Amino acid sequence: MSLEDLKKIPYGKTAIELKNISLAFGGVKALTDVSFEVKKGEVFAIIGPNGAGKSSMLNVINGFYKPTSGTINFAGTDRNEMEPELAAKSGIARTFQNIALFKGMSTLDNLMTGRLLKQKQNFLMQALYLGPVAKEEEEHRERVERVIDFLDLQSIRRTPVGSLPYGLQKRVELGRALAMEPEILLLDEPMAGMNVEEKQDMSRFVLTVNNELKTTIVLIEHDMGVVMDISDRIVVLDYGKKIGSGLPKEIRNNKAVIDAYLGVSDD
Amino acid sequence: MIYKETGQYKSSYKSDHAIFPLLQDKIAFSILMFVAFLIIPFVINSYWEKAILVPFLIFSLAAIGLNILTGYCGQVSLGTGGFMAVGAFSTYKIMTSFPDMNIMIIVLISGLITAAVGILFGLPSLRIKGFYLAVATLASQFFLVWLFNKVPWFYNYSDTGQITVSERTMFSVPVTGATAPPYATYLFCLVLVVLLSFAAKNLIRSKIGRSWMAIRDMDIAAEIIGVPPLKTKLSAFAISSFYIGVAGALYFAVFLGAIEVTESFDIMTISFPVLFMIIIGGLGSMLGSFLGAAFIVTLPIGLKFLMVDMVGLSAVTAKHFEITIWGLLMIVFLIVEPHGLARLWSIAKEKLRRWPFPY
Repeated sequence: MSLEDLKKIPYGKTAIELKNISLAFGGVKALTDVSFEVKKGEVFAIIGPNGAGKSSMLNVINGFYKPTSGTINFAGTDRNEMEPELAAKSGIARTFQNIALFKGMSTLDNLMTGRLLKQKQNFLMQALYLGPVAKEEEEHRERVERVIDFLDLQSIRRTPVGSLPYGLQKRVELGRALAMEPEILLLDEPMAGMNVEEKQDMSRFVLTVNNELKTTIVLIEHDMGVVMDISDRIVVLDYGKKIGSGLPKEIRNNKAVIDAYLGVSDD
Repeated sequence: MIYKETGQYKSSYKSDHAIFPLLQDKIAFSILMFVAFLIIPFVINSYWEKAILVPFLIFSLAAIGLNILTGYCGQVSLGTGGFMAVGAFSTYKIMTSFPDMNIMIIVLISGLITAAVGILFGLPSLRIKGFYLAVATLASQFFLVWLFNKVPWFYNYSDTGQITVSERTMFSVPVTGATAPPYATYLFCLVLVVLLSFAAKNLIRSKIGRSWMAIRDMDIAAEIIGVPPLKTKLSAFAISSFYIGVAGALYFAVFLGAIEVTESFDIMTISFPVLFMIIIGGLGSMLGSFLGAAFIVTLPIGLKFLMVDMVGLSAVTAKHFEITIWGLLMIVFLIVEPHGLARLWSIAKEKLRRWPFPY
């Protein structure tokens, strides 16, 4: 499996397939026998009540958790587990539910870290800062500047991200993921804690990335309005089990999903 | 209005990413280099050499080393004294084994040997962090000092356990040993410090520096974007130890000339002072390393001058006061400006930018 394999897959065909994934921490079952597939180029949403195992699912996809059983088929190759570094190298980028930025570094440097895997010069060359290193830095700076333009981050280029307001930090985190030029972008609650305007901005960014760059997007979100509007397909988890999947309109009328969200009356 | 950056437009990413992007900084740095290379060597005397300039340069190097590890990569280390001892003893062993080798090469090889030792003692950093890692590096401090004390091979079986430097020349001027003139030892250290500082700054503003800072700020996120934690931490340990090893080599060969390991590389004489240097100077700041080293090196001299020469206290009383004042200053510093002298400097620049307008 590699980035090349992933790039070869035609749009609309399966990019990642998760087969019977179970994940347990001791006696706690976070995921039980969950299977679904993500097609290349789509916006795929994972929804479910709190503690349903959505974030665990993302962590399994990019190798941060190792599933107890089940296989992950990534770009045509079966694997039992992923490795974070391998996932990054194969074109998977992600953002976190509770922002995981490098707080001591500026916005620009945070975005530049997204380019680390693509920088090839060794450390002796870096120490001397010879021609090739300077050239490489400039190339990647240019890529990063495009992301800065796209996300409208020009004015905070030099600001340490720790001092930025929440909404902007979320945007910088998306920027860092975009700077990796991923094929698959995993977004863990990109709109949590935002007001309506910020959510609209964020939705627009996500859709633009999907439309223009053809990036596959796997999204966890609680705002049902947003999810129903922007996603192509949805999978619903509850207590670590898959209780439904399909198009947004199918999910909206799914009995099990409605019960999971609204509860079932006793009589 | 004095420190004005308006009107200085950058038209390429390269000039924007320069070490000194502002004209004022360039001028200030040029003046500093001019004074350091072309004026001080002609006016330096033995007192300035031994008491201020050479220790300042050597400790700057050690502070840069520790700052790379602790300030940039976030790995706390209390093993500086032990690593400097590795540099010193490597220098001694190479010196006595290869009598014709150039001192510059000896010093750099000593740095490389220290880097290797640093990697070894950096291995626990994958599993432990923070205070726990500090304790692990403390173990390296005690182990290394013990090793150089207990294994006579390291000090060539001399009766005293001391190691003594032999005379080495650069361009037929002695830079080590008793006959080395002050300007020669000073220039030798200065050249190394300037070159290695630029190298450190270049590392910090390139890929490897950003990987270190990513690991420091959030190791989980760093891993997700493809920064390998072990490799990155070990590279910080290696490069940091290289700088500290070179500092140790200079400390022994150029500055002291003869050392006894338990006394010269003790945790209280090296490890803690160097840690204070980077805390007072500013963690994660190149300028901070220099400011911290200057502060810690000149503080005892300034206090002694104040108390013995101005007030007229006896030297012993002054020494006691010095330790107290030193401790007090540390506490005050940590409360008033935890980000160190480098932050004070950036605040001053901010003020100069606006002066004389109060808004």
